[in-house]
Amino acid sequence: MDRKTVKNSGSSRRDFIQKGMRLTLGLGLAGVAGIASLNAGRENHVWQIDPFKCVRCGRCADYCVLTPSAVKCFHSYDLCGYCDLCGGYLKPDANELGTAAENQLCPTAAIKRKFVEEPYFEYDIDHELCIGCGKCAEGCTAFGNGSLHLQVSHEFCVNCNQCAIARVCPADAFSLVPASEPYNIKGSFTAEGDEIVF
Amino acid sequence: MNNQIYRVLSRLFLVITLVVAFQLPVLAQEQRFPKPEFETGYEQPDVIQPVSRSPFMEYVDLFVLIAVISVVTWLALYKRSRKGIFWMSLFSLAYFGFYREGCICPVGSLQNIVLAIFDPTYALPITVLLFFLVPLVFSLFFGRTFCAGVCPLGAIQDIVAFRPIELPKWLQKVLGLIPFLYLGLAVLYAATGTDFLICRYDPFVGIFRFDAQFEMLLLGGFLLLIGVFVARPYCRFLCPYGVLLGWMSTFSKKHLSITPAECIQCKLCTNSCPYGAINEPVAETGSRRTGVKTLMNYLMIIPFWVVLGGLAGSALHMPLAKFNPTVYLAEQMVEHPEVTQDLDNIDVQTFLQSGESLDQFVLRAEEIISKFYWGGWILGAFMGLVIGITLVRLSTHRERKDYEPDKTHCLSCGRCMDYCPVKKPE
Repeated sequence: MDRKTVKNSGSSRRDFIQKGMRLTLGLGLAGVAGIASLNAGRENHVWQIDPFKCVRCGRCADYCVLTPSAVKCFHSYDLCGYCDLCGGYLKPDANELGTAAENQLCPTAAIKRKFVEEPYFEYDIDHELCIGCGKCAEGCTAFGNGSLHLQVSHEFCVNCNQCAIARVCPADAFSLVPASEPYNIKGSFTAEGDEIVF
Repeated sequence: MNNQIYRVLSRLFLVITLVVAFQLPVLAQEQRFPKPEFETGYEQPDVIQPVSRSPFMEYVDLFVLIAVISVVTWLALYKRSRKGIFWMSLFSLAYFGFYREGCICPVGSLQNIVLAIFDPTYALPITVLLFFLVPLVFSLFFGRTFCAGVCPLGAIQDIVAFRPIELPKWLQKVLGLIPFLYLGLAVLYAATGTDFLICRYDPFVGIFRFDAQFEMLLLGGFLLLIGVFVARPYCRFLCPYGVLLGWMSTFSKKHLSITPAECIQCKLCTNSCPYGAINEPVAETGSRRTGVKTLMNYLMIIPFWVVLGGLAGSALHMPLAKFNPTVYLAEQMVEHPEVTQDLDNIDVQTFLQSGESLDQFVLRAEEIISKFYWGGWILGAFMGLVIGITLVRLSTHRERKDYEPDKTHCLSCGRCMDYCPVKKPE
């Protein structure tokens, strides 16, 4: 017997409910997608640190889902004073102004000190060694110009839905920034309300 | 005369000196040690700014998702090949699991969708929206083929299900309520911008990355160990996305069938399903009228469950809200003012440095708490509704002649198909 010809039979009713529910679910899904898509289609965003909010607490090294952390030290050469007595490179109680391991503040010796001319030195960061602990950034900010600062390196970052460091960042320094401008490098990036000073 | 000019000039000089003197520290704050003028022709290197994975690759992921889910659907519904589905799931485990390291995944994407709805400033990537939609749309038409061979979390559990035992039906029903609660909590925390629970407590992503907190690796290992006996425990008793897929699949247009033609009631398939998702034939007993009456009675109780759940949920809003870092910190500082003296408490010290007043901060926390109050109501009411409907479904029996997959819980893995002796008619 053809189902459709039988009125009020069990199977035609079930068919009707099935179809009705399918349509309802489909429309519900379309509705949710529609509302969500009001925010979609714009540029992709990636996680980044505002170096002026960052308090260099050291959590970046511990809370990233990656080991070592995707947060690395970045060096804004524009702001660097090329000091011999570098607060970011040397321990405060260093024996001498040299490259000996016991003098270095960096726990992984990720900062390379290069002689430029008397009495100036260039400091470069090896991101393969850097663990993002921020010790150098703290030293540089406390005693120097603050040219060393922490940034999320997009060479490593897997761009989690919810950044595990952002969740514990005490200064709320993490935010999503447009993927076309993925870095907040000090010098070209300034604190809110500040003008660029050179 | 001369004297006067001298005095004016000297005053002017003083003013200029003062202005310069007060101006200088402002500049010096920015540059304590000005950049030197190099004499040896030193060239300053550029700041290293490594680029991220090309956004184009996300479209590759999307393409792989659609391709794999299409192939798995074809394998499950038309080719009827369990072996094919198994190999596809291995591929998905390798690609979405170990290569993509568990991200991007549709399970977590539901939180992005929720956040995009509740937070207008959040920019939702179009690929994430599609990752959320594609498996649900497929499920609405073909059943949960996503679970069968695309989801890496499912695949890793599927391959360890060596000795599945059948759990008692009541236990399956009770444990089956957990995903609803998990879904509700995930939506609540995503909507309030607190956390992405599903990603944070993903038990297998640590295994995919060979790197995670010890507790999460332990949880993943533990679930896999249980998974040897209780097949796919995460999918059946935790996965929040599975709830949505289940809804879609329940009313799907087509679905994997155990037999390719007519069921001959041979019962060979009954033990083949490790997930307890095969419905056995049920004879309709009693008169139709009493059946309808019982159903009506159970439906009448649902509002009672909803209100009860809502009350319970709203009563729990404070413990729920404490998971929010702002609420937690504000509460700590109000309840235990001595924490402000603790120099090792980074959160408190950073707050004190920020210059925001405690009153402002508490106000901000209270705003979040009120969100949790209403969220708690909705979450509780939702759980009440779920419990009510589960009871209704437990107490109603539908006449069924053949052995059929339970469309809500069937993961379309296709194991049962191999057990069916009926051959496909040519």
